[in-house]
Parts: sequence; structure tokens; C-alpha cells
Amino acid sequence: MRFKYFWNGIILENPVLILMIGLCPTLATSISARDALGMGIAASFVLIFSNIFVSAIRKIVPDNIRIPVFIIIISTFVTIVDYILQAYEPDMYKVLGVFVPLIVVNCIILGRAEAFAYRYGIFDSFLDGLGKSVGFTLVIFIMGTIREILAQGTFFGAKIMPDIYINNSLLFMIFPPGGFLLIGILKAIINKLFLNK
Amino acid sequence: MNISPAKVFFASFLVQNILLMRYIGLCPFFGVSTRISTSFGMGLAVIFVMLLATLITYPIYHFFLVPLNLEFLRTASFILVIASLVQFVEMFLKKSYRQLYNALGIYLPLITTNCAILGTTFLVIDYRFHLLNTIIFALGTGLGFMLVIILFAAIREKLDYAPISHSFKGYPIAFIAASLVSLAFLGFANLFGASL
Repeated sequence: MRFKYFWNGIILENPVLILMIGLCPTLATSISARDALGMGIAASFVLIFSNIFVSAIRKIVPDNIRIPVFIIIISTFVTIVDYILQAYEPDMYKVLGVFVPLIVVNCIILGRAEAFAYRYGIFDSFLDGLGKSVGFTLVIFIMGTIREILAQGTFFGAKIMPDIYINNSLLFMIFPPGGFLLIGILKAIINKLFLNK
Repeated sequence: MNISPAKVFFASFLVQNILLMRYIGLCPFFGVSTRISTSFGMGLAVIFVMLLATLITYPIYHFFLVPLNLEFLRTASFILVIASLVQFVEMFLKKSYRQLYNALGIYLPLITTNCAILGTTFLVIDYRFHLLNTIIFALGTGLGFMLVIILFAAIREKLDYAPISHSFKGYPIAFIAASLVSLAFLGFANLFGASL
């Protein structure tokens, strides 16, 4: 019963493809499967823990200062992720760059804190955060995979396409226009499958 | 970093345009860019807040956080300062400059959590700019934002009347139009050797 909060986030309320929020990191960091997965996990960590904490303190926070309190909780977790990535994955941090600290203004996270975690219990908020995280990570990972295969012919750095393709690959998929084109096509497919009335 | 201000301006305005090349600030971009008039107001508000925000966060970082070894508070302090600054500016405009408030007012709350503003304040610190380049970078980025959002609103006004298949209506066709405009912006690469 309560697990509907989890399943909703994956398809019916998918943050990127249905609600159209959190577009910047999705487009910017989906240039390879590995970087996309890294961004997905970083944002998921922040989303799940901020949901749990906001839900835990929801009864002691006065209504009119709740937004600054949310922002402080979220930015604490963002700083933790920022420094962990810098220490353990410096190569990935160079690619993700300014998008790691920018998780703090990702509309998905503040939106869930305000719309869900502030009103529901800790376990429900955890499920909601987990569902939205899986939905977000799934989309960014699929985009990263498609863009890496089309542009470089590799998957997680391992060659999977024949040499003849790699020498003539669609290099433009790795540049910004390729990202916009791919998300446009994905959104059109989702519209066709789920939103036709 | 020692780069001439002219290079910084062209890099931030066209070559590495914040919306189309860096992908920062897309949510308000797709949300607001449906009419030219609203895009113009939004663009002006972004330029205004972007200049103010970089001017206030630059000294906070270099004269307060760095000497006290508190660099890890960058994210938290910047967003709180920007959020309160925008609130303060909104109240001040409402009281003293009614006309300016009527033009920009409704866009100001939208801008508080706009990643374009916060992203710019982080970028000027990551690039280690001095104060003049910081101001030029903020101005160029804001102008670049306004140029693209107005260009794009003009395209979307025309798209409303185009015969588009049902599943491509709305967001999908906007993304594909953005892809084509962004392809055109790739042509600015290496303009006057401006790249950061």
C-alpha cells in the first residue's frame, strides 16, 4: 500500500520526463554512462537524506521559516557529497564540476521537501525520496548510455561497437545539441506511451 | 587567472553561453520563454540579480570564507545570501521604485532558486577571476541569457501555429528547437579565441 509512494516516482511521476524538473544536471552530465551514474547517485544521496531529515524535524520547525531550514539541510548534504567526490573520484569531479554544488538548487529536492517530506512520516518520505531518486537516476543513466554509445561507441569505457562505427561516429551527440535532441525524442516517446487520452 | 576582459565577455556571452552551451538555468528557460514580452522582463531581472549576486558573494568568499578557512561553507552561505538579497531587493523596489517593480517584480521570486545565478557565482570563483573580470563575466552571462531566451520565445510563438504531430507538441518540439539553436551556437566556438 505505502509502496505506491516508491513506484509513483519511477514512471507516473518521473521527475525528469513527466514533471520536467531537474533538467540542467540531466542534460549536462549525461555525456557518458559512468558520469551519468555518478551524478544520479550523488543527487539521490542528497534527496533521500534531506527527505528523511525534513520529515524528522517537521513538527518543530515554524511554518514561516521552513524554506531557509530546508535549504540549510539540503546544502549540508550537498557539501558532504561535494567533498567526498573531490576526495575519492577526482576525475569524475572534474567532469561534473559546478553541477555538484548546484544540486542544492535542483528543483526536485526542494520540491519534494516542500510537497511531501514536510507533510508525511519518516518512512513514507524515505520511500518517496527513493522512488524519485530511482526515476531520476534511470533517466540520466539511459541518456548517458545512449549518448556514450552513439558518440564514442563505448559503454563504461569498454568498446562495444565495431571500428568502422567508431571512426565515423555521431560525435555531435556528446555536445549540447545532441543532449537537447535526445531528451526531446525521449519526451515525445513518453507522451505517445503514457499521456495519450 | 589573467585573461583580458574582452575575452571573458565574448566567452560568457556567446562561446560558452550559459543556457545553450553550459546547460545551467534550463528550468525557467523552458517555463518562461513562451512570449517575447515575458522573456524580456525575465532577462532584465536575471541580469540585475546576477550582477548584484556576484558583487556580494565575491567579497564574502575572498575576504571572509578564505581567511577563516571556511571554504566548505560556500554552498550554504551563497544560497542563503542570494535568497535574502532577492527578498530584500523585492521589498526595496516595491517601496521605492514602483515602475521597476511592476516590470520585474513577478520574476524576482522565480530567480531565487534559479541555478543560473548560483552557478555564475560558483564559476567566477572556480575560474579565479579578479574583480573586474567577475563583473564582466556576470554581465556577459546575463546578456547571453537574455539574448537566448528572447530568440527562443520568438521561435516558440511561431511554433504555436505550426502543424506538429500530437506527441511532439509542447516540450518535445521545444527541446528539438533548442537543439537546433544550440547547434548554431556551436559555430561561435573559438570566436576571437575566447574560451575559458
